Amino acid sequence: MSNWALILYCGLITYFTRFSMIALIKKEMFNDRIREVLSFVPSAIFPAIIFPAIFINDKGLFEIDDNPKILAAIIAMIIGIFSRSIIATIFSGLASYWFLIFVV
Amino acid sequence: MTNYKVFLKGIVDVSPLMIPVVPFGLIFGVLAIDIGFSPVETMAMSLIIFGGASQIVLLQLFSGGASSLVIISSVGAVNSRHLLYGAVVSEHLSDLKLVWKIIISYFLIDQAFAISNDYLKKNKDSNRYFHLVGGGATCWVIWQSTTLLGIILGAAIPEKLGLSFAVPLTFLALLVNDFRKFINVIVIIVSGLVATLGYNYIPFKAYVIVAALAGLITAMILTTKMKKNE
Repeated sequence: MSNWALILYCGLITYFTRFSMIALIKKEMFNDRIREVLSFVPSAIFPAIIFPAIFINDKGLFEIDDNPKILAAIIAMIIGIFSRSIIATIFSGLASYWFLIFVV
Repeated sequence: MTNYKVFLKGIVDVSPLMIPVVPFGLIFGVLAIDIGFSPVETMAMSLIIFGGASQIVLLQLFSGGASSLVIISSVGAVNSRHLLYGAVVSEHLSDLKLVWKIIISYFLIDQAFAISNDYLKKNKDSNRYFHLVGGGATCWVIWQSTTLLGIILGAAIPEKLGLSFAVPLTFLALLVNDFRKFINVIVIIVSGLVATLGYNYIPFKAYVIVAALAGLITAMILTTKMKKNE
């Protein structure tokens, strides 16, 4: 498959996942119970991106020793809980990470 | 509020989330050129796919020599979260014309979903979907321009900075309000553990959807239990 075909197919599948539910679902299909469960969607999905990005290295291996990302993420999380600020969370995480890899 | 004002509100609300998109877009542009995609192909990926996580997964698997079928299915699996986003926002969009649904679908990305989901819940104006378009369009501009900048800068950005760490931090920042709620914390831990432990064992990089389903089932069980105890 050419690079162009690959890009096009990946684009199509991405668009399909965004469009299908918006186009197919009707308002009447939602009761309070479904709504309540769906309100947990961010908490259920984002960790699936966060955790592997912190604990699994470039080679696909689990990494817990000598991994500055863990401490940096914990600091970012604590700052996030107290500040409730998106920017403070991200910058405290990056700053701690750089401090750990360049200074310590 | 006028359509334009709701659109502007979407831009303002999403802006803080755009800061981490900058290094993400740069990294994508730099990596794609590094792997051997042409500048035009790299730009086309950002224009056609318009999804950071999907594009990074595409690059990772492509450079690892994975087959096209595996790459496409993996991108589909990474994108499966959009099915859930779509299901959540669709109740606010069900009265719209098909042409608007086609347009909005292109802009249904993580950041726009995160900020507009709150807005759509709290507002009942018929033009409230302009908020989502404002957030999505802002992200579109930032994503395309930083991809272009990454293509131009190429190897000038030192890999040592570890800018890819901005990716999990962005998603972490989106959860700051959920860390204070007990059920959410349990759901976060379950999903994170399933994704991390299943990363190498769940086929087609489907760990994102498997972990999300595990998290949602946990949420269902816990909310049911809480109700029984009341």
